Amino acid sequence: MPVVSATAKSTIRDSLSVSLTVGAYGIAFGAASVAAGFSVLQSCILSLVTFSGASQFALVGVMSSGGTALAGIATASLLGFRNSLYGLRMSPILKTKGLKRLLAAHVTIDESTGVALSQEKHGQDAMRAGFWMTGLGVFLFWNLFTLAGAIGAKAMGNPASWGLDAAVPAAFLGLVWPRLTSPLDRTLAISAMALALALTPLLPAGLPIIATAFLALAVGMRKQ
Amino acid sequence: MSAMWLGVIGTSAAAYALKLLGYSVPQNFLSHPRVQRTNTLIPIVLLSALVAVQTFAVKSKLEIDHRAMGLVVATVALKFRAPFPVVVVLAGLTSALVYHLR
Repeated sequence: MPVVSATAKSTIRDSLSVSLTVGAYGIAFGAASVAAGFSVLQSCILSLVTFSGASQFALVGVMSSGGTALAGIATASLLGFRNSLYGLRMSPILKTKGLKRLLAAHVTIDESTGVALSQEKHGQDAMRAGFWMTGLGVFLFWNLFTLAGAIGAKAMGNPASWGLDAAVPAAFLGLVWPRLTSPLDRTLAISAMALALALTPLLPAGLPIIATAFLALAVGMRKQ
Repeated sequence: MSAMWLGVIGTSAAAYALKLLGYSVPQNFLSHPRVQRTNTLIPIVLLSALVAVQTFAVKSKLEIDHRAMGLVVATVALKFRAPFPVVVVLAGLTSALVYHLR
């Protein structure tokens, strides 16, 4: 039997700690989803099949503030586009085919790609191991914790009475906070908040959120 | 089909299609620097907009209520580098407290 190398151990450790941490977000998602009026079954299907945290939060966020399903799907998809770019990055490293490629696509998310890229110095084997262990680990814990959060919120009843209606925007704030790494990011975040609130009385629910994507387009696509 | 189910199925289908897209297009596709840059900014604006709307909107009206206090506490907790679960629970507790005191 070959001994597990130090490199492999560090990959396993990284994957596991990321998977468990993400579980906490799963509880928040399950609770938010049920508080927004989705059933426990619908919440679990979102975690099993959509399996992309920010997109799932966006759908329940938009629909709970009165947006249509289409507005929810559009917002979730704008957020899901980054997974396409992760797939583009991971595809030449994973070199998968057939069914395994379909599975790889399903677990292509922030965390699996992040851990894979962080193992770059240990070589492509470690990158592949990090991707699969994190992807499957997050999948397991994300779904278990979604179920727990959804059942918990179901038992609670009135969301406002338990603070769930504030826990949801706090969760969004927690998701965006680590992404604000430059003054430009922070300016953009404040501008998006202001624009969404200014448009809220004017546009049907959900559209004020989608409209802020134009801010990102205007800043991101300009010449540098 | 209810709007909720439509949202669940539509989001799931679109999410998987987007994931698979990355494995199916040529490597130089989508890798333009401006596309990459815009892509890092999209989550920032959408998540920020969701924070604002979820805190201050009731349908199409703006309101400052118990949720605002929860968000203030969440912001302070994040400033002090509190972990995600602590941020969410503190915001929830604060909001619930204000809700019941009013």
